[in-house]
Amino acid sequence: MTRFEESAPVKGGFSFDLCKRNEMLVQKGLKPSSYLKTGTTIVGLVFRDGVILGADTRATEGPIVADKNCEKIHYMAPNIYCCGAGTAADTEAVTDMVSSQLKLHRFHTGRDSRVVTALTLLKSHLFSYQGHVSAALVLGGVDVTGPHLHTIYPHGSTDTLPFATMGSGSLAAMAIFESKYREGLTRDEGVKLVAEAISSGIFNDLGSGSNVDVCVITKGNREYLRNYMLPNLRTYVSEKGYSFSKKTEVLMTKITPLRELVEVNEGGDAMEE
Amino acid sequence: MSIFEYNGSALVAMVGKNCFAIASDRRLGVQLQTIATDFQKIYRIHNKLFIGLAGLATDAQTLYQRLVFRNKLYHLREERDMKPETFASLVSAVLYEKRFGPYFCQPVIAGLGDDDKPFICTMDSIGAKELAKDFVVAGTASESLYGACESMFKPDMEAEELFETISQALISAVDRDCLSGWGGHVYLVTPTEVTERILKGRMD
Repeated sequence: MTRFEESAPVKGGFSFDLCKRNEMLVQKGLKPSSYLKTGTTIVGLVFRDGVILGADTRATEGPIVADKNCEKIHYMAPNIYCCGAGTAADTEAVTDMVSSQLKLHRFHTGRDSRVVTALTLLKSHLFSYQGHVSAALVLGGVDVTGPHLHTIYPHGSTDTLPFATMGSGSLAAMAIFESKYREGLTRDEGVKLVAEAISSGIFNDLGSGSNVDVCVITKGNREYLRNYMLPNLRTYVSEKGYSFSKKTEVLMTKITPLRELVEVNEGGDAMEE
Repeated sequence: MSIFEYNGSALVAMVGKNCFAIASDRRLGVQLQTIATDFQKIYRIHNKLFIGLAGLATDAQTLYQRLVFRNKLYHLREERDMKPETFASLVSAVLYEKRFGPYFCQPVIAGLGDDDKPFICTMDSIGAKELAKDFVVAGTASESLYGACESMFKPDMEAEELFETISQALISAVDRDCLSGWGGHVYLVTPTEVTERILKGRMD
């Protein structure tokens, strides 16, 4: 019963059975669709007690802003977080997958996850797809060996750095880091510098925008500051709103009640023989 | 012409106070020729969960059939209805599986979760979820819908006001898109009832 098995939940991995049909459609002149990208500015830096990660919150679909407040700092382990730039579906899928693998590994070994484990799992997955899984990541965390910060490129190469930026706004953010970073920053100085670098990306790069998310990871503790700064609130909001004097014309209405009305027979002889 | 513009569609979902509304246009076309004016794009998964599928109509129907299959299996195993968040993850996984040869569909999912809290989300064609607290849009008319919803939406609207707002946003947006229109189909879901209405629009 091979046809039945095709729709059953598969064991995992990609399935390529629509590729031939899609190739044929492209040859007939139909342009393929654009995917949700996170244009993005993502940054990370190592400070005195750990690692701070930062990201903007705009998701674009071509030139349109699809999501004004998306989350780009993904959870990997209680002590490891990862920022993602590139195709949104790829960054979400790859970080979810490695997060599950890390959890299984923690059960298997009985120890906390190390940042290099996450790094190796991510880079080997991305390399095996030769860059077609378009995810550029900034991975940071604190484990038993200390604080670590890495960047991972879509083709699978990695760098280990004290401060890093990725995404379309990376040059704007790197300009801030290169001029103001120094070793041994305190927590408040680090958060302020990360927020400044992300803001630089938000205001100077068109692919990044909206708010600033910050995540501070130290030994044994992490603080996820969602929407740490909101520099782009909506300015002119009309209090009146829209009122529609002429109602929409309705051709047909069908109401389905969701809760059944139970009829209660008060004092009836219903159960009499 | 893009693959998404082959059939044409407009979908929008909005959140209100303990209720949600999901609306679509009714046109089915083959590029510039209209084939049907009563094409269904919003499907009911269970009483409190609806999915609308924009994009290539054949992929939308195939994807819907696969999702109904997975939902029925889930229902048999778990003996309860799927929560909207779980269903959204399921749709995302089904779409990402075809990452390098995708279905040309953009789903819009809307449901009432635990405590009748409304949930909406949309995805691109490879499963990147976009959860929103106010409204989500999809289809060829999406750019006009973004504009209309952004200005007409108010938080915490009651059911009747939500219906009026979503209908006005849909009708004004599809009037500016050649490939969608021919009326509207709106589902308004509250904890006690599901109201399905068909709207009258410009037939051009």
